[in-house]
Amino acid sequence: MKLLNQSIKYLSVSIFLIVTVWSAIFYFNMLDEIHDSIDDGLENYKQLIIKRTEDDSTILQKTDYEEGNYTLHQIAPDEALSMRDYFTDTLLYMQNENDLEPVRMLTTAFRHDGDYYQLTVFNSTVEEDDLIEDLLYSIIWLYLILVVSIVLINNVVLQRLWKPFYTLLGDLKTFRLDKESPALEVKSQTKEFMELESAVNSLISNARETYSNQKKFTENASHELQTPLAVITAKLELLLERESLQSESAETVGQILQTIQRLTRLNKSLLLLTKIENRQFSENKSITINHVIDQAIADLEDFASFRGVEISVEKSADLSLQMDESLASILVSNLLRNAIFHNIPGGKVWVEVGKNSIQIRNTGKDKALDASRIFDRFQKETTDNSSTGLGLAIVQAICKLYGFEILYRFDGQHCFKVNFQY
Amino acid sequence: MKILLIEDEAELADAIQKSLEKELYLVEHASEFDSAMEKISLYEYDCILLDVMLPGGSGLELLEVLKKTKVEGNVIIISAKDSLDDKLIGLGLGADDYLTKPFHIAELNARIKAVFRRKNLNGSNQILTGNTALDLTEREFKVDGELLDLNRKEFDILNYFLVNKNRLITKNALAEHVWGDAIDQADNFDFIYYQIKNLRKKLQSSKAEIEIQSIYGVGYKLTEL
Repeated sequence: MKLLNQSIKYLSVSIFLIVTVWSAIFYFNMLDEIHDSIDDGLENYKQLIIKRTEDDSTILQKTDYEEGNYTLHQIAPDEALSMRDYFTDTLLYMQNENDLEPVRMLTTAFRHDGDYYQLTVFNSTVEEDDLIEDLLYSIIWLYLILVVSIVLINNVVLQRLWKPFYTLLGDLKTFRLDKESPALEVKSQTKEFMELESAVNSLISNARETYSNQKKFTENASHELQTPLAVITAKLELLLERESLQSESAETVGQILQTIQRLTRLNKSLLLLTKIENRQFSENKSITINHVIDQAIADLEDFASFRGVEISVEKSADLSLQMDESLASILVSNLLRNAIFHNIPGGKVWVEVGKNSIQIRNTGKDKALDASRIFDRFQKETTDNSSTGLGLAIVQAICKLYGFEILYRFDGQHCFKVNFQY
Repeated sequence: MKILLIEDEAELADAIQKSLEKELYLVEHASEFDSAMEKISLYEYDCILLDVMLPGGSGLELLEVLKKTKVEGNVIIISAKDSLDDKLIGLGLGADDYLTKPFHIAELNARIKAVFRRKNLNGSNQILTGNTALDLTEREFKVDGELLDLNRKEFDILNYFLVNKNRLITKNALAEHVWGDAIDQADNFDFIYYQIKNLRKKLQSSKAEIEIQSIYGVGYKLTEL
């Protein structure tokens, strides 16, 4: 959920609560004030009527409301003496509305010429349900207008205020650790964004430092390992050239040398993998995959014919890509070598070049490989320990680097497909 | 032929030196930046083997000095850094070749000979061994003056063997040299045996006075009969 919508969600809920509470309080206050003013009017009316009875005693006979909003009844003295003025809310039939309408009624007693009378005066009052209804509508309107204006204001203000943030976010999305780029900049005087800017930049410079240390470590580790390997290889090769060496010992030395060479290959593969994953290949240029495939097949054909594997190529398109030349060749030759190596004598390898993909199919074991694990490091299918178990991991790393898709499926043949654009 | 070996790792330098002396080269060794600089400025060498990472400075600096003073040194960089940048910088500074550690002695040998050949090109570019002649320019192989038909890979194999006469060539070294990087990761090099078998047959039937021997299952050696 966007920040904008989040704030609107919280604001609209809290405004709803505030407006509800406020309208309840407002309603009761208003009702109180209305009653107050009606009561004052009734009090005044009462005094006017009592005063009139002194001049015009005929009204003492007015026992019905009719045209005047009051009645007079003679009552017993003790009843009158015990009576206090009191207000009641009640309903009376109204001619104009043709219905019972709420009224406020004052009942009081007074003495006139030794007789006691009860006076009831009324005034029509507000219809509470009407009032509530009116109030409800106006509050709903108020609420809607508030929310709409908050949405609008929020939209404008937040978008303006948060613009530096979104710009920074965009910069961060395209940011690549291995590419030199100037420090990120937030064009804002807002304190929080300025802090964010400095935090992001210090994070970046830390990450850059770690990255370059890691790169250096990889290179140094390579140096440290390559040199002893070079020493051992050179010494063993020299030792094997010695005439005085007994043939039995020579065989042992030969075996050691082969093991060392496997170690050398393993080290090279690991280094390559680390370098790909560290994105240390950025020499992109236009590569024609068809040529890369031809070259790889030329390099591997002797290996294939030794294993009795036939390679056939079908090129239905000229496939050109922007990528590092050596990685393109590693990608193709690793897949091809894999297809030859994990084959059966007299088997076949089919290479198909499409518009946006290459597909390498091969005969082999009559059982699907575990597609979720074949690209893992050191996931060996064979017990042959001369395999490094890194070939497909390197393929996957290259695909990941360039955003290619690598797929494996089994339909009687093992099929690896690289989609270059997907 | 005088070679300067600039390498800080004593054991490796020792092995390289021994190997080069077998080829009857005169080898001098410098193990750090200053002594290398001194030797470069005092003497002339036919070939300089240069390690990039040296105590006291970078091998690339030495290369710059060599380039400035226009000393006709034919430099082969031997580095543990297999990084393209270094390679390009090195070659850009006038190095002839770039070899990544660990390397096979046979490969170093072949590269040095290639440097010498480029340097001393006086008309013929042939390797003469016994009654055979390998012409690198024409890519032809003759036995007793008669052309022997070899395919591209057989020619490359034979070439590699001839520059490494009497030396051990491991299957790995041969595969990397002839079949290239694609084969580098290949899991076994048994297929080389068939190539060698074919080549031996051709050499025998043409009565060439050279022979390829197997060495303890590790590799091969070419000897003159």
